[in-house]
Amino acid sequence: MNQEKKPTLLPPETDLARFSDRVGFVTLTVKEIKRFWSVLGQTVTAPVITALLYLLVFAQAMQGRAQVYPGVSYTEFLVPGLVMMTVIQNAFANSSSSLTQSKIMGNLVFLLMAPLGAWEWFAAYVVAALVRAALVAVAMLLVALLFVPLPVHAPLALLAMFLLSGASLAVLGLIAGIVASKFDHLAAFTNFIITPLSFLSGVFYSVHALPPFWYVASHFNPFFYMIDGFRYGFFGQADVPIGLSLLWAAGFLALLSAICLWMLMTGYKLRR
Amino acid sequence: MNTSSTDALSIDGVRKAYGKVQALDGVSFNIRRGEFFGLLGPNGAGKSTLISIIAGLVRADEGRIGVLGHDTVRDWRSARRLIGVVPQELVFDPFFKVVDMLRIQAGYYGCGRESWPWIDEMLVKLDLESKRNASMRTLSGGMKRRVLIAQALVHRPPVVILDEPTAGVDVELRRTLWSFMSELHAKGTTVVLTTHYLEEAQDLCERIAIIDKGKVRVIETTAQLLNRHPFRFLRIKLANEGALPESLRPLVSGEKNGSIELRLDREKHPIGGVFTALRAAGLDLEDVHTREPDLEDIFIELTHDNSRPAVAGGAR
Repeated sequence: MNQEKKPTLLPPETDLARFSDRVGFVTLTVKEIKRFWSVLGQTVTAPVITALLYLLVFAQAMQGRAQVYPGVSYTEFLVPGLVMMTVIQNAFANSSSSLTQSKIMGNLVFLLMAPLGAWEWFAAYVVAALVRAALVAVAMLLVALLFVPLPVHAPLALLAMFLLSGASLAVLGLIAGIVASKFDHLAAFTNFIITPLSFLSGVFYSVHALPPFWYVASHFNPFFYMIDGFRYGFFGQADVPIGLSLLWAAGFLALLSAICLWMLMTGYKLRR
Repeated sequence: MNTSSTDALSIDGVRKAYGKVQALDGVSFNIRRGEFFGLLGPNGAGKSTLISIIAGLVRADEGRIGVLGHDTVRDWRSARRLIGVVPQELVFDPFFKVVDMLRIQAGYYGCGRESWPWIDEMLVKLDLESKRNASMRTLSGGMKRRVLIAQALVHRPPVVILDEPTAGVDVELRRTLWSFMSELHAKGTTVVLTTHYLEEAQDLCERIAIIDKGKVRVIETTAQLLNRHPFRFLRIKLANEGALPESLRPLVSGEKNGSIELRLDREKHPIGGVFTALRAAGLDLEDVHTREPDLEDIFIELTHDNSRPAVAGGAR
């Protein structure tokens, strides 16, 4: 009975596309941060412990194998990839679970009825997801530094890759949250897109070690560039040039942002 | 849009269909600034769809809605700042305490710390002070309803829409709510109420619109609505066994606990005539009671009589 209608853009006179409510944006950002902060054990501690277990197991299992890059041990090589994989997964989880939960609980009406535009929604969810991703990344790096010395070759590249990658996945999480009408849909997003792409992105290996088909296939995986570029920030060495990684990460963010903002402006799956 | 400077809400030719179901079929009417207005109708009449369109949750297929002159689509930010809607469903955010939830809601509307004294005042007025720091998930249904009401009022909107605010709540909350809403109304707030408790609408509302099958069937002052009913009701209990005279049988509108209720046209069926007919049939009366029609009688008559035309183009 509730037939889906093709969304149409609102008349150009509307200011949906304009970022004009600073207080609303700050409130929504703080609310989203408080939301994950209230369950910190689940949202920050648990993913850090999981990633450290990966580090422990793989570092032990692969000990003594050949160095991936000259002068870089396997454990050192592993840490940036694991950090970025955790960033990717947590940035996605933060915005997607928050939005889906609000939809299912029905409390999304408070946001939908408020005078908040697409840009405020977008920016608030992305900033909150980046805060969670940064907490997870810093916690992981601090613990990892107890076991492995990590150089920082290009801090700006490191920061840029973190921001572009975290923001991309936060936006993808928003898209998933908008599309999903139940947690099953969200689980499908995580299980069939996020997890395979992050495990096949060179976290645990260099793509040069892969057979030709998988070597080529990896170069179509945006997560590969995110991890490779992040790793460059630490070691100054990577599988592809840092410029290419930055370009892929920025392009991926731009594409996802365009889709997400269109969804928010048209009310796709949000307003009937 | 035929909008008067005194209109809090102007609804003009609003249509909305969900597939083949026409939820709203050209609804038009205005609600004056400062009115206590009742929006009544049976389940599925289109009331909640109309409220959802006003609130921006649903998009109309056709038509326009203005809130104090601000179009809800073209000037949606201003329109949304001017209304507060209490949703019908008991929705809440389980991550937050009551006071935090209200402060967050105020922030969505651009209100900062300056709104905190008003939030404190509402917590007292709605008997929520003891639950100020309670988590939303621990509250009873009635308490959650109070928080929903406070959330709708947190930015001090001049127009408040209450969608079935007293559904399933106890008498105490109803009294608290109506006392608070009457206070706000006295200070100039426009209140739009949908309810299934028709006595509430009769007691509180100055004007009432009855919607059925997506059309406005009537829009009048409550007094006009009550006076338009040409009937009165006479309940009689017979002292002895016997059949009601043939002439009175078409007037029977109900039977309960041995009493018979007759619906009498004020012009055609004087009460004296009923008594004469009963005496002529040899029937004695044990008890007699008369009742004036209430909003429920009018509501039933209007929403059950589909042959009656809807108000063409609404009423202004």
